[in-house]
Amino acid sequence: MTTHAEAAHGHHYTTTGLDHRKIAIWAFIGSECMLFASLISTYLVYKGRSLVGPLPHTAGTNAAGQPTVPILDIPVTSASTFVLLMSSLAMVLALAAVQNKDKPVPADAGAWTKALASSKLWLWMTCILGATFLGFQAYEFTSFVHEGLTIKTNLFGSTFFTLTGFHGAHVTAGVIWLGTLLAIDYKRGLGPKDAINVDIAALYWHFVDVIWIAIFTLIYLIPD
Amino acid sequence: MAWLTTTDHKKIGTLYLHTSLFFFVLGGLEAVLMRWQLMQPNMTVVSAEQFNQLFTMHGTTMVFLAIMPLSAAFFNYLIPLQLGARDVAFPRLNAFSYWVYLFGGLFITLPIFVWLAPDGGWFAYAPLSGRTSSPGINMDFWVLGIQILGVSSLAAAFNFATTIINMRAPGMNLMRMPMFTWMSFVTQFLIILAFPVITIALVFLQFDRFFGTNFYQISAGADPLLWQHLFWIFGHPEVYILILPAFGLVSEVLPTNSKKPLFGYPVMAYSGILIGFLGFGVWAHHMFAAGMGRVADTVFGLTTMLIAIPTGVKIFNWIFTMWGGSLRFTTAMKFAIALIAMFTIGGISGITHSSPPSDLQQTDTYYIVAHFHYVLFGGAIMGIFAGIYHYFPKMYGRYMSEGMGSWHFWLTFIGLNLTFFPMHFSGMLGMPRRIYTYDAGQGWELFNMISTIGAFLLAPATLIFIFNFFRSKKGGAPAPANAWDAPTLEWSIPSPPPEYNFAQIPVVHSRYPLWDLTHPERTQDIPHTEEGWKTAERHTGEHHAGQAAMGDIADMHIETERRTARELGIPMPSPTIKPMWTALGMVIMFCGLLFLPRGMKVPAFTLMFGGAGLMIASLYAWLTTPLEEAH
Repeated sequence: MTTHAEAAHGHHYTTTGLDHRKIAIWAFIGSECMLFASLISTYLVYKGRSLVGPLPHTAGTNAAGQPTVPILDIPVTSASTFVLLMSSLAMVLALAAVQNKDKPVPADAGAWTKALASSKLWLWMTCILGATFLGFQAYEFTSFVHEGLTIKTNLFGSTFFTLTGFHGAHVTAGVIWLGTLLAIDYKRGLGPKDAINVDIAALYWHFVDVIWIAIFTLIYLIPD
Repeated sequence: MAWLTTTDHKKIGTLYLHTSLFFFVLGGLEAVLMRWQLMQPNMTVVSAEQFNQLFTMHGTTMVFLAIMPLSAAFFNYLIPLQLGARDVAFPRLNAFSYWVYLFGGLFITLPIFVWLAPDGGWFAYAPLSGRTSSPGINMDFWVLGIQILGVSSLAAAFNFATTIINMRAPGMNLMRMPMFTWMSFVTQFLIILAFPVITIALVFLQFDRFFGTNFYQISAGADPLLWQHLFWIFGHPEVYILILPAFGLVSEVLPTNSKKPLFGYPVMAYSGILIGFLGFGVWAHHMFAAGMGRVADTVFGLTTMLIAIPTGVKIFNWIFTMWGGSLRFTTAMKFAIALIAMFTIGGISGITHSSPPSDLQQTDTYYIVAHFHYVLFGGAIMGIFAGIYHYFPKMYGRYMSEGMGSWHFWLTFIGLNLTFFPMHFSGMLGMPRRIYTYDAGQGWELFNMISTIGAFLLAPATLIFIFNFFRSKKGGAPAPANAWDAPTLEWSIPSPPPEYNFAQIPVVHSRYPLWDLTHPERTQDIPHTEEGWKTAERHTGEHHAGQAAMGDIADMHIETERRTARELGIPMPSPTIKPMWTALGMVIMFCGLLFLPRGMKVPAFTLMFGGAGLMIASLYAWLTTPLEEAH
């Protein structure tokens, strides 16, 4: 027998029947779209307007008059893009595992079925893949600096580092968020009643992935 | 202490109201100083540098620290009450928004007291606002301060949008929401979509100023119009963010005091949406003088003319609301009618500069200053005053003095027209805005003298208002629950409302639920259905745990009893100080950045890491504590 207060506590009346957090995260994602739209359009407006090299897809001359090579490494970034996309798959499996936590796994189930039911495994997977993407980005940034491209060098450097840096900061925030969920999972176990918390983290994570697809296409794949 | 830890939307609304009135008075004093300096040719009340700071801070203060948060005070106080809800969707996020606003407001305002305030104009055009042209700390305060205030606005907008989507009383579909909540709803979407753009523009400027990037460096090939485009893509929706809540307020005041339903309610809602939508497609009309080319000028001229249509629809609907009504001229009603008249003047002068050739004569002159003061003072501020007089009895259970209200109204009305009407002429005679003084013999003396006299009338008018406001809190005539015989849910509960707002959530059958009870003859022609109960049953069936929760929802009624939340078994959010610490940590972090370009690495990094640490620790403590204490 639940008391009045408990009943009201667990089941707030909402107009749409959805949790507040779900609506808020969509509003937040809408806002984030405008944030990245501003960054990406500035990149595109400034494309090809740098006065000195290094340049993304073509050879150039740096401020000291020395020749520079096309700086973007498309094969490496394709690999990191693949890693980030796979993290979205892991995220989907993590959410499914949390939502289905109360459904018992048969004792004679195969290893794959048992693995699918482990929210910890897939949260770990998502975090590791996210962190790997960040590792790729750190490698890319350092190698660019070694080749003479910093955020101050030219318009390409300013817009490129700011745009991809903003995206990287979003991935970092996502890894910390998922890491926190993982810590809660170890502490007391995530169950179907926590699914909303994993759900909104997942929506954020997929959004960050989708934005990367736009960045990868517009900045890496389309030549000058 | 209770005020530092509150998560009650009504208390936070009250905090917003008092803080923004303080900033309104401060911004007003800056304006009075400027008008004093311009009273006659070649006066020396303030220096040229001080004048730059005054006009920059007057604009910044009025836009970001007075009108927006005055609207936020009403969002906070009224939206849950008008929806029949017990609080906003995220009460602690709401407290966080307020504290960020307060600390951010102080961050950007305090430098004026030592004449170190921002001095690049409220739209801070880059490259002028870059490190080369503005080397001092002044513009650092602006760049970082606006960034801080943006966090507050965005957090609040997510909160209110969620509240309006998800916390409407059973039966209140979108076409039954009170018009203030409707206009607030549109405003939240404008904030959600426009603020990220200024955030990025500011990030670029911040990186240019602090880390030497090239976004606005013309010598590195940057586009001198980049900032202008980004700023006005935010800036034009921003003017609708300022005016739409005031439109909403007068849409409550006019039907109540005309004793008639709002004329053309659906069209009022649609025109609000259309204004918001078109508001994103007119930004470059601020840049006709920048030489964008014929096609861009034509397109933006046309979209600007288009936006006059939904605005005109609103004006006529207000007039038709009053037409044939039995009008009651309360102070709120006077301010609301003044909004219609004054905003129309501002709207018409606005149309005159939607045409690029005509705008070239007017841009950057006092004609523009006249135009936007008619829409922002004559529009937004008049609407907000109407809202304050109208809702004061709900907030404090007492009426404001109508006698002093009348003095306040007439002095403001006369002062506003004396100040701003002559500016049309001084502007057409070629007086540029933002000049700190002028020579005699250009035909500007008379108009400037009249403008200054008008400003000197506005100061005592505001003083009367402030006195009336604080005296009426304690000494005003007691007000009943429905102080003005109004039709919407907020008037069905005691004044001031109990902490839980509604003991039982009412089921709504029409857009004027209270008039259905008290004046059914007034609501005969508006749509009614029994759908309300069905939604209530459906949702309680799906989401509530049985009979106990159904008792929480009742048919439309007027509540008079005042009991505590505990007696009624209504869970209330626990008070918490964590949102305030989170906000403080964030602002300390930004303070650290101020030291960075001045070679003071130790204080810079101490404050940045200390602030970030405080912010993250408080945020984690906040998010891991449940909202309500276990009963």
